[in-house]
Amino acid sequence: MTYENVKKEPLIRVAKRPELSSKKAMLIRFSSVLVALMIGGILILALGYNPVSVYAGIVEGSLMTPTALKATAKIAVPLLGAALAIAPAFKMKFWNCGAEGQITIGAIASTYFALYQVDNLPTPIFFAVTFVVSAIFGGLWGLIPAFFKARWGTNETLFTLMLNYIAIGFVKYLRIGPWMDKGQMFPKIPMFSKSARLPDVLGVHIGWIIVLVLVIFIYVYMTRTKHGYEIAVVGESISTARYSGMNVSKIIMRTMFLSGAIAGIVGWMLVLGTNYTLSDTTANGYGFTAIVVAWLAKLNPFVMVLISVFLAVLQKGSNTIQTNFGIPASASEVLTGLILLCMLGSEFFINYRFVFRKKTVGGDD
Amino acid sequence: MEAAAIQLKNLTKTFGSVVANDKVSLEIRHGEILALLGENGSGKTTLMNMLSGIYYPDGGEIFVNGKEVIIDSPRDAFDLGIGMIHQHFKLVDVLTAAENMVLGIKEKGRLNTKVIGEKMREICEQYGFNVDPDKKIYDMSVSEKQTVEIVKMLYRGAETLILDEPTAVLTPQETEKLFAVLRNMKKDGKAIVIITHKLNEVMELSDRVAVLRKGIHVGDLVTAETNPQELTNLMVGHSVTLNIERTLCEKPVKKLEVRCLCCTNDDGVKVLDNINFDAFGGEVLGIAGISGCGQKELLEGIAGLQKVTGSIIFYPEDGKQPEELNGKSPMEIIKRGVSLSFVPEDRLGMGLIGNMDLADNMMLRSYNKGKSPFADRKTPAELAEKVVEELEVVTPGIDVPVRNLSGGNVQKILVGREIASEPSVLMSAYAVRGLDINTSYTIYNLMNEQKNRGAAVIYVGEDLDVLVELCDRILVLCDGKVSGILDGRNTTKEEVGLLMTSLGGEKEVSA
Repeated sequence: MTYENVKKEPLIRVAKRPELSSKKAMLIRFSSVLVALMIGGILILALGYNPVSVYAGIVEGSLMTPTALKATAKIAVPLLGAALAIAPAFKMKFWNCGAEGQITIGAIASTYFALYQVDNLPTPIFFAVTFVVSAIFGGLWGLIPAFFKARWGTNETLFTLMLNYIAIGFVKYLRIGPWMDKGQMFPKIPMFSKSARLPDVLGVHIGWIIVLVLVIFIYVYMTRTKHGYEIAVVGESISTARYSGMNVSKIIMRTMFLSGAIAGIVGWMLVLGTNYTLSDTTANGYGFTAIVVAWLAKLNPFVMVLISVFLAVLQKGSNTIQTNFGIPASASEVLTGLILLCMLGSEFFINYRFVFRKKTVGGDD
Repeated sequence: MEAAAIQLKNLTKTFGSVVANDKVSLEIRHGEILALLGENGSGKTTLMNMLSGIYYPDGGEIFVNGKEVIIDSPRDAFDLGIGMIHQHFKLVDVLTAAENMVLGIKEKGRLNTKVIGEKMREICEQYGFNVDPDKKIYDMSVSEKQTVEIVKMLYRGAETLILDEPTAVLTPQETEKLFAVLRNMKKDGKAIVIITHKLNEVMELSDRVAVLRKGIHVGDLVTAETNPQELTNLMVGHSVTLNIERTLCEKPVKKLEVRCLCCTNDDGVKVLDNINFDAFGGEVLGIAGISGCGQKELLEGIAGLQKVTGSIIFYPEDGKQPEELNGKSPMEIIKRGVSLSFVPEDRLGMGLIGNMDLADNMMLRSYNKGKSPFADRKTPAELAEKVVEELEVVTPGIDVPVRNLSGGNVQKILVGREIASEPSVLMSAYAVRGLDINTSYTIYNLMNEQKNRGAAVIYVGEDLDVLVELCDRILVLCDGKVSGILDGRNTTKEEVGLLMTSLGGEKEVSA
């Protein structure tokens, strides 16, 4: 063999690092948010504004006045609810991208009662019935892709995404069809009567209490119950689940019903608590943003509370900076995207480190 | 003196906090077969992966023919004439043997399979291989695929061949054939390394033995001057007895009666064909067969995980009415005390969850007990402590993810858990797959304990020596049929090996 070896050790190598302490890992995650805010700041600077005052404007516009605080809460509550909804499905590695549609279906179910049955039912019964019916319909909507996945192994990501459009399309049909407000020029669904609107507690509709109860429920369900354990096992390895005697199809369907049901409840509070009517934008992207929330929180319900508040602050605050500075509100979406990117990127640094070249071998050049 | 084909000086490789190789120095010489011996997890494969360009060492030097080199990719390794045959073959199934030869080689001109075939035939004649260049890989048996891998390396001009556990998938007859070829290559001046933990192969084939223990090179011996006992001691660090106790069962009680069991897989191939046997409490029933002969389907069929036809009658203790298991759900079968632990190739895929800790993995069997919707986490945690203590599992604690444990410890957890449920039928497949001697014996003893407790133990194994020593009866599978049921005390591994190949499939039995 006459092989001329002039190769060098690679300049940078990636090596797995020993497990970091959770404190250090949290520090890396936290600093990634700072990095994101800094990059966002550069972006704002490039647009010709002072990043410090813009960030201050965001905080002011979302947290500093009672009205702003209420508006922020109204964003955070459904966002958190939707994130809680997809958490069990994601734990099972069932990529439920259909919370949007499940919210909408839940909203449709409540709307029917709010439009046509509200006068026939005593108020508490009305809210109880709509709550249950929204949950059931949302759950059934979630059950459809689960059934197909369990039975024929269909791809749940595409399936749940497509079902969103069907749900939203159905609302459009209702709007110009059977549920159209006859007295209006534009086809829209009528506003609900006062008695069909959720009561406020501390200025925000009662949904926030329900969502906080759900935080605890989901936490306990996922970490303490047999069902939660089954979900975790199926998520990690379907063959192990089968070997342990679990009925995987049943678990997938049951979990997706739960996931859809919680999304349905979010739909319930959106129409009865926030919008007082149904439109094709009722779900308002919460079902998608919730994926970001759940992911960043690593499916921990308590962390989800923080993240959904954080994102709600960004969203509400950016509306303010739009009026005050003339920066488009979509800037907040850019910022959200940056934060997600940086946080996901930080996972890499938590698991790996770079090794730089130390020496050269076989002839310098 | 001629420079060694390959010389390693102080090679070190760490994965996170695990030191896989600690300053290993080693010489691989031309015209010599070196056996790299070591327990599982001792760093044999890691060491060789650094030679073949899969890993990059953290420290140390590699010399090829006396010259220091950097091996940064498999291509670098090829260029230096180093070829590695992995346990999992790197062949493209839909291509022919000849097409696989030239994959990834940058050569000018058109692809001429005739020329390639010619060159292949030359290589085959020279060393005594038998390969059809035009045969597609998916039509080949495991042994043929392995041959293609070896020929591929030679085709590409490999001077040093590294074989990772080459005999794990072969029958005794095929192993003999492989050894003959390796000897021919040695005569031709090639340097050969075989990674193994089978002592008999080391003694039979190698000229020199390098022993690794926990990443450290602990011994370099001339095969002719050593013996299995010495090697074992070097490998495990202290001496272990090589005898497996086998108590005679006084009055076996029938636990399982399998009749006319058939199974057809998704491709419409009959993988189990009219299987009949009984399993008795107080005996170990071994199941032998080349991998993929229906062992998995048979056990899964009994466990309710695989659709089968035929009948599986279960005889419960205390003389209750016998029950038909076929058609019952896996959970119902588990509840009757029929337990299956299957150790797949990757060890974790079935039976354990790598990302969960020890206690949570113990829960897999017991979580569903009781009516409460809440899972009992205390009992599994206690069980985990107990298994760790009794089976000497090396782990920092029971709250460590199982994936962080070494293969042997993972298997102890798996088998320990199955046994803790005190099954009346314990089915275990490949329980000692890839394990070192020490751990293997722990597991054999566990099986024996279960047998003495009165359980029917069904043991699917790969190592014929062990099957012949451990089992009371051995059922031999060949192509989904029972080719014989032998008395473990009055049989030899040659007899078993012959039955493994006697029905269809591999026709060449002569070695």
